[in-house]
This record gives sequence, structure tokens and C-alpha cells, in this order.
Amino acid sequence: MNNKNKSYDDMTHFYGQIWIWTAIVLLLCIPASICIYYNAWPGFTPVLKGLLGVAPIFWTVGTIEVITYTPMLGTGSSYLAFVTGNLTNLKVPSALTAMENNKVKAGTEEGDIISTIAVATSSIITTLIIAAGVLLLAQLAPIINSKALQPAFENILPSLFGGLAVVYVSKNWKIALTPLFFMIILFLIVPSLAGSVGILVPVGALISIGAARVLYKKKMI
Amino acid sequence: MNFNPNSSFLYTIATIVITFVIVQSLFFLIRAYRRAKVIGMDMGQIRKTIISTAIFTIAPAFSILLGVITLSKFLGLPLPWIRLSVIGAITYELPAATTTANALHVSLSDTIMDPKAYSAIAWVMTLGIMPSIVLVPILLKRIQRGILSIKNKDGKWGELFITAMFLGMISAFLGMVFSDVRSGLVGWIPIFILLFSAALMAICGVLVKVRKINWLQNYALPISMLGSMAFAAIITPLIK
Repeated sequence: MNNKNKSYDDMTHFYGQIWIWTAIVLLLCIPASICIYYNAWPGFTPVLKGLLGVAPIFWTVGTIEVITYTPMLGTGSSYLAFVTGNLTNLKVPSALTAMENNKVKAGTEEGDIISTIAVATSSIITTLIIAAGVLLLAQLAPIINSKALQPAFENILPSLFGGLAVVYVSKNWKIALTPLFFMIILFLIVPSLAGSVGILVPVGALISIGAARVLYKKKMI
Repeated sequence: MNFNPNSSFLYTIATIVITFVIVQSLFFLIRAYRRAKVIGMDMGQIRKTIISTAIFTIAPAFSILLGVITLSKFLGLPLPWIRLSVIGAITYELPAATTTANALHVSLSDTIMDPKAYSAIAWVMTLGIMPSIVLVPILLKRIQRGILSIKNKDGKWGELFITAMFLGMISAFLGMVFSDVRSGLVGWIPIFILLFSAALMAICGVLVKVRKINWLQNYALPISMLGSMAFAAIITPLIK
């Protein structure tokens, strides 16, 4: 089939696959080039030892993030957001808010366009700020590291999710009650789970979907 | 070759990676922008979306920069710069670096000077997060087909399904804010900040709906986020 006959979504998949596989090769080239340039191959065992400490958790979280976030993000922004990272604290909220403000739904072409624009803008701004920060490190480090600003940076997540909650929970409070109640009780009983919140995202999603299904079947939403 | 974690070679790699990220982002941005024009979307609103997203991004971006600075004390600047510009987040990169350093008995308090330990950390940081990028091209179409089949069977339930997923994610993070309450008043600080952020968002909502200040709608999230971060900086020293 000629490319001209393909839809916008088909072509987004086509370009997305090229970009993401290129990114994967590029990512693997970083440690490989360090090893070659410095002739410093670490050997299998040290890498395995390090991986054993992080892979069980982060491979699980990574897999969960793909399954949970791609339906929310749409095609273009998924190919971009999973390369540029910082999904939970930046890319997903950016995309969700932009779709909400533009009154478009995830999974539609309009939703995909808005989500892509939000994630791309966010990625560019983040990359530029970090690059500027690296170049101006001597001037910026004392400000960013200052004790006065420390609580602000430590509390980005409550600052972000408080606002998001008003937008989404107020509109869908009947669905939100069950997962919200469950999560608050869970974190009160087991506070140490705060370190593995990524794993609890799909748990929250499953409870929320279950609650929504019951309410839908009972014609309460 | 003498190893230096701040060498020009590593800065060259960082520049290549950062350029790649910006070019990829620009590619998707321009493509989506052009498509929006073709299908007749409100371009004024699209431009507002770009501006409000840019403003919203500033505070989290500085927090990511803080992560780069934190890691740079041990790893030099280029590697944390690369890792936190592509795929990574401080919540992952820091444990990856510390776990590997501990396994190799390398001190975390000094700048790393052993190239083998450095390359081991770079490999662990890369491989330890691979599924989240490799699975996207493999699973994305299948996941979308699954969602589409739910929507085709019952359109209203399909929409509720996606909404419920959003709410599940938000619930997990809202619940997490309550994890420290048993440690006394200090543990309530994140909840006060959450409530302050929610109150700011609610005020913005009222101003948009009742007072018809429509421009505020695009900036409500940056306002509630930055406002509550400022609130955090004020109340934390008072409570502690």
C-alpha cells in the first residue's frame, strides 16, 4: 500500500517505530561507546549484580507503565513520551490536562494530536531547561539546592495531583470513590509502599475499572 | 585513555543524545500541528495549549535538573544529563547507580574515577529500564486494538474504561500522599499541600465558570502547581 493511502494514525505508527527503534539503538550505544573509548569493559558479573538490584522492580514498573499509559496518551505521544521519560510527574499530566482543556478525548484523532503537541512541547522545554542548567550550573546550583526551595521540589507530586484530582475526581466522583478510599487505607496501613507507587497504578486502575463496571451495569453513571 | 567523568568525549555523546531528543520532539510537534490545521482544529487554542504546557513544564523540569545535579556529584555531569533527558527519572537512575556502586564496593561520596565501574553503572542504567521503551513498539498497536474493540462493543463503556484508568492512576498518587501521616504533623505537610493545590484549582474553576475568565482555563494547572509549591516552601519550615 502506498504511504499516501495510509491514515494519519498509520503513518504515526510508521514514523514512531523508526524513531523509537533508533532511540533504543542510540541508548545502547551510550554504554557501548564508553566501554570502547576507555577500553573499560565491566564484565558480565558487575552488570548482573547491579541489574539484580533494580531490574525486578523497574522491568515490572516499565511493563505496567506501557500497558497503563499508552491508552491515555495515544499513538504519537506514546512513541515520544516513552523515549523522553518522566511520564508520571510530567508527560502524562501534561497530555491529560491539554486534552481536558481542549475538550477532546483520548483515543480520538483530535485527542492524539493534542496529546502529542503537549508531550512534544513538554519534552522540548524540559530538555532545554536541563541543557541550560548544565551550562549555567555554577550560577543555578546554589539557587536550586537552596534550603528554602527544597520543600517545594520535594512536594511536586502533591502539588500536581491536588489540582488534577479536582478536575477528574469532581467530574467522576462516583467512580473515583472506591479506588481512592482503597489507596488511602492501603498507604495508611503500609506506608513503605510509597516507594513502589508505580506498581500500584495498575492496581488502582483495575479497582477503578471494576467500580466503574458495577456502577455502569446498575445504571448509576 | 585517562578516564574523566566530565570529559569532552562524554559531553559529545550527551550533545548527540540531547539533539536527537529535540529533533524527535520537533518532528512529532510539527506533524501534529500540521494535522490539526488540516482537520480544522482551533489553531488559537492549539497555540494556547503549547504555551500553557510550556509554563506547566518549568517547575518539574527544574526538579529534574535538581536530579542531574544530585547525581553529578558522583557520576560527573554528562551521564546524568543524558539519562534524565532520555527515558530516565531520578526515582530510577539513583537506585540504579547506587545499587551498582554498592555491588562494586565503590564509594558514593566521591566522584567516580574507575572507568569499569562507570561503564557498569551506565549499562545497568540503560538495561534496567529497557522494557518501558522496547515494549512500546511491540505492544502499542495490540493495546490500541484491545481498547478499540471495547469501544466498538459499547461506546459509552469504552469512554468510561479510559476515564476509570485515569482515576486509578490519580488514586494511587493521592493515596501515596497519606503514607506519612502516622509520623505526626510533619507527615501531614504533603496533605496540606495537596489540599492547597486542590483549592487553587477549584478557585480557578470558579473564576472560569462563574466569572467567565476563559483564558485562565489553560493556566489553571500551572497556577495550582506553582502556587502550592510556593505554599510548601512557606509552611514546611513553620511546621518543622
